[in-house]
Amino acid sequence: MSSSGNRGLRAEPERSAPLLIRDYTWLKLMPALVVIVPLFAAAFVLAVIQSLGYFPLIGLRSFNVDAYRSLFGNDEFWLSLLLSTRIAFMAALLSTVLGIAMALGIRGIWHASRRSAFLFQFSLPIPHVIGALAMVHLLGQSGLIARLGHSIGVIDAPSEFPALVYDPFALGIVAEFVWKDAPFVAIVALGVLGTVAENYESVAASLGASSWQRLRHVTLPLLVPAVAPISVIVFAFAFGSFEVPLLLGESFPSALPVLAYRLHTNVDLALRPEAMALAVVMSLVVMAAAVTYLTLVRRVLRGEQT
Amino acid sequence: MALIVATILLPLVPLVIQSFTRGYVFPQLVPAEWSTRAWSIVLATDGGTWKALGWSVAVAATVTALALLVAVPAGRVLGLRTFRGRRVLEFLVLTPLLVPAVAVGIGLDITFIRLGLSGTFWGVVLVHLIPAAPYAVLILAGVFANYNEDLEVQARTLGAGPLNVLRHVTMPAIMPGLIVAGFFAFIVSWSQYVLTLQIGGGKVLTLPVLLVSTASGGDVAITGALTIVYALPVLALLVVTSHHVVRAGLGVTGT
Repeated sequence: MSSSGNRGLRAEPERSAPLLIRDYTWLKLMPALVVIVPLFAAAFVLAVIQSLGYFPLIGLRSFNVDAYRSLFGNDEFWLSLLLSTRIAFMAALLSTVLGIAMALGIRGIWHASRRSAFLFQFSLPIPHVIGALAMVHLLGQSGLIARLGHSIGVIDAPSEFPALVYDPFALGIVAEFVWKDAPFVAIVALGVLGTVAENYESVAASLGASSWQRLRHVTLPLLVPAVAPISVIVFAFAFGSFEVPLLLGESFPSALPVLAYRLHTNVDLALRPEAMALAVVMSLVVMAAAVTYLTLVRRVLRGEQT
Repeated sequence: MALIVATILLPLVPLVIQSFTRGYVFPQLVPAEWSTRAWSIVLATDGGTWKALGWSVAVAATVTALALLVAVPAGRVLGLRTFRGRRVLEFLVLTPLLVPAVAVGIGLDITFIRLGLSGTFWGVVLVHLIPAAPYAVLILAGVFANYNEDLEVQARTLGAGPLNVLRHVTMPAIMPGLIVAGFFAFIVSWSQYVLTLQIGGGKVLTLPVLLVSTASGGDVAITGALTIVYALPVLALLVVTSHHVVRAGLGVTGT
């Protein structure tokens, strides 16, 4: 069974192994599967079991949905879910739009200078812990921008500077993700622009397409399949990130991962099943969001072709 | 371009400035007092920094080696073959990238304690592999999608043994992809905070764990200096791999 679904314009290459190469398809997958799947599946299955109240360590041996009931009855859970979803949505949207805009803006000079390419990727390997601390000292009420504001006489005291970190709108958190992920999106987009897009664009231009028409009907449809998975990763990462909301967020409501960690490390062991339930719910929400988004993108692209 | 680069660099400026100050409080813009006090504390030979650096390097290097070891064969199969169950497999390999790290840590906590992996080097390496290995597989699948197996056949026809084919044909061809995959595996592990906290249980004190507890101490100069220590190794790696990353377009176009 070959997956001969709608896979775009590219022809399916020869997929059977050439002669003289012994092909142990499944054997070759084994090491990766052995490392990734059991660990990951174990984590998930164990979380599900324990969330259903089976917790011999603290004397619980019956199956029930009490943990979910108490989680869903908790207002903080809903506020946190809303907050995390908003953070992830804003981070993915802004990173994607800005990343594509950046890529389109600099594509002409991108391959010319190796040093600028390096500077452009600068935030890529910087850990989020550093990014979050950087935002505290850049955007905080006594941060660099507030100090600049003071030196030009716009504000007199830190409290007059708008709250950009530890704020209800989570602006500092979103800023951190966009700072790190927009260049990431841009690099992927630049990869497509350099190789594939150029040829099609010049064909479209020679057929008389205006620059807007080229962007709308040629460049963007080529970018979307490459960039869409990246924006899903950005969404998932922003949704599941712990250290960024920990360092930049309000204490109430806290982002879901912070709430989950707090429940899990609470001295009251009776809260453990609730922490497990939250871990399960978080995972399901992210996966559902990713599947929905990628399905939508595929449908839009298909509409584009007809 | 200059504007974009400035925006990318700007957030790190305060951290660098404050590491060389003493009593750098609002509303000072230019520090009133420059000092290397924070640096001499952070770099002191008996301080925790070097130990944390050692932990971070050891964990990330081990994770990178293991991730590549499992990702090369898997990437090859996913890049070159179609077969029954391929979609399910791709899904299995990629889901760990979507699921929150905290959730993984919560799920594995008790099992790792029971297996004696909690608070150990190998326990932390194992959980870091959960997010690191899929990245390496993804990138190498992209690399192998553009790989021409016929070269191996030709080498075999000319009498090269499997080991020689690997050494003189396969490895040189995939080397740039291998470097990028290794780079990503390394930074995923290097950046990992919460899994280290959960599974390391305060015994595996990597740089991010030290940094967060230092930052909550509130000394901005020491925090600044420590962030630079933490950032420099991965920035150095970026210098070495930067042009490969660009050329591979991160390899994500392949899947």
